[in-house]
Amino acid sequence: MSALTESLGALRRIRAMIVKEFIQLKRDRVTFATMIMIPLLQLILFGYAINTTPRHLPTAVFAHENNDVSRAILAALRNTAFFAFIKEVKSADEAEHLIRSGEVLFFVEIPAGFERDLRRGDTPQLLVAADATDPVGSANALAALSGVVSTALTRERFVDDPGTAAFEIVQHRRYNPAGTSQLNIVPGLLGTILTMTMLIFTALSVTREIERGTMESLLSMPIHPVEIMLGKIVPYVLVGILQAVLILGAGMILFGVPVEGSVLLLVVATLLFITVNLSIGYTFSTLAQNQLQAVQMSFMFFLPSILLSGFMFPFSGMPLWAQWVGEVLPLTHFLRMVRGILLKGSSFSDLRADGAALLGLMLVAMSIAVARFRQTLD
Amino acid sequence: MSAEAAALRPSAGGGDVAIAVEGLTKSFGGHKVVDHLTMRVMRGQIYGFLGPNGSGKTTTIRMLCGLITPDSGTGTCLGFDILTEARKIRERVGYMTQRFSLYQDLSVRENLEFVARLYGVPQPERAAGAALERLGLAGRGKQLAGSLSGGWKQRLALGACILPSPDLLLLDEPTAGVDPKARREFWAQIHDLAAEGLTVLVSTHYMDEAERCHEIAYIAYGQLLAQGTVAQVIAGAHLSTWTVEVRGAEGHAAAQIVTGLARALTDRPGVDMVAPFGTALHISGRDAAALEAALAPFRDDPKLSWRQDAPTLEDVFIDLMGRSRDDLR
Repeated sequence: MSALTESLGALRRIRAMIVKEFIQLKRDRVTFATMIMIPLLQLILFGYAINTTPRHLPTAVFAHENNDVSRAILAALRNTAFFAFIKEVKSADEAEHLIRSGEVLFFVEIPAGFERDLRRGDTPQLLVAADATDPVGSANALAALSGVVSTALTRERFVDDPGTAAFEIVQHRRYNPAGTSQLNIVPGLLGTILTMTMLIFTALSVTREIERGTMESLLSMPIHPVEIMLGKIVPYVLVGILQAVLILGAGMILFGVPVEGSVLLLVVATLLFITVNLSIGYTFSTLAQNQLQAVQMSFMFFLPSILLSGFMFPFSGMPLWAQWVGEVLPLTHFLRMVRGILLKGSSFSDLRADGAALLGLMLVAMSIAVARFRQTLD
Repeated sequence: MSAEAAALRPSAGGGDVAIAVEGLTKSFGGHKVVDHLTMRVMRGQIYGFLGPNGSGKTTTIRMLCGLITPDSGTGTCLGFDILTEARKIRERVGYMTQRFSLYQDLSVRENLEFVARLYGVPQPERAAGAALERLGLAGRGKQLAGSLSGGWKQRLALGACILPSPDLLLLDEPTAGVDPKARREFWAQIHDLAAEGLTVLVSTHYMDEAERCHEIAYIAYGQLLAQGTVAQVIAGAHLSTWTVEVRGAEGHAAAQIVTGLARALTDRPGVDMVAPFGTALHISGRDAAALEAALAPFRDDPKLSWRQDAPTLEDVFIDLMGRSRDDLR
């Protein structure tokens, strides 16, 4: 009997607790929104945006001659749907710039006299250069290449038998010839880790002051909101630099990640990226009501960042709408820059578009933060 | 008389005015929290700010130091416009918030150094050290502020406020939750500071603290209801008060008599307020004759002993509060 009353009492107390939790959950709109948004976001991103066998990869063509054979080759490549010819270039330099700045992933060169050599049986060479920094992005396309071209040429009766090697495809896997995934992942991790830590640091900084009641005191003292913001951001810039040195150092020592480009450019890009993320985190902290909300906002920003930036999955493999979303994320631009500098030796002129994008994002975030910062308690 | 008169009288010496505001109004979500508040505080004065919870005390204090922008009204604080010169006001005002608002995860000394640096106090480390000595916190400099007891936290908060040598202290319920001894020491310190010329505006719920102030203002439902010295405020209420005690009964029996009498008297015409104090009742009314008429039927009860009494500040405040509520209805 007493065991029964005891367990009934326990049930009653558990029920009281459950009811209270539901009431609190209902009041916390951001948590509620997170619960709905996260699964939807994941579903849409993974379901529609992510594609591990990317197609329609941006490709530049440098055709020295324009005839039936070259047209047949390009048509065949296009038919695979792996390649999207977005640009025809007139010089090798132009092609180099396109590939270093990340505008194209492939570059097909049909040398002069290809048709003549083919008909003579001189086994001419077709050059295909690929940006292999992301091995996943380029592997499938390259694998399909040889078969597609020879089938096409046989069908068009330029060559007799696909079995005999009438021509040779020279593949240049640029920047990462061995297809080592670490070479691509380490720079990616640099961006991802910085995004995560920098966002959280500043996202919590203002909400913590509000939640603990110290903001009221701080606001009553002679300090300007911009001074508060800068004072809160600067220490984390140093933390970010420390993290960057740590990740890159380990990447070099453990995985042999190279620094092909300018170290100065790398430092500038990283500093810019750190500041962008700190500003965005700070903006969240002026929007959030409490620390939990700030963390949730950071997470909602972080999730698309890792999925749509080209960190986990090839950027050019995503549908256009996802690429547009990706362009708004700082990580996308930083990844292009840091992969470019470390692996491709990209120069400032190759990367200025991404640098400008980061600068723009930073200014937008800082303006919102300053405008949103409540100088008063109104 | 006199609440108004008392407020206006010192206006002759304009340079001696620390706070002068007129018609301050602030609404939150359509609800008027402060309603046309006009007040004046002289330099070197300890000015008590009294009123029930939610009466607009904190909002008024925040408007004075520019933390909240008034919807309408004007005023100066230390000669600076509260609407346009909030920054200058902040440099000279020490604001002690209702809730402990120093950094819990900084040590006592680090908190003081932070404040000293923000205000540009020369040699902040030395200033913090001197403040530690003055506060009697010298042995606790390395302790985290969050681990201090309530009384020490309050002492530290006050110390941080006065560290930059402000001209005006705004203290929002500084002694809430502090034991009587610490409260007494706190008030001794406030009086010392005022003697040195510092102006202090302090909000409180405690009547004994109100009586330690040079002047008080009573605010309820956002409106200033009375202002002046304690004696002026009491006299201005024109309240007549009776105390009745139970004779020849004790404990539960006495309590029952008191409760019964309180019920019988409440809402009788002429009786404006009935408040039990142990086995005694305080009965007050604004119309002395009407009150006496209301009490007459009970005067001859042999179990009760009646005497006319001076109204206390609390009687006056509770009456003022009831009156303003009636007005608003």
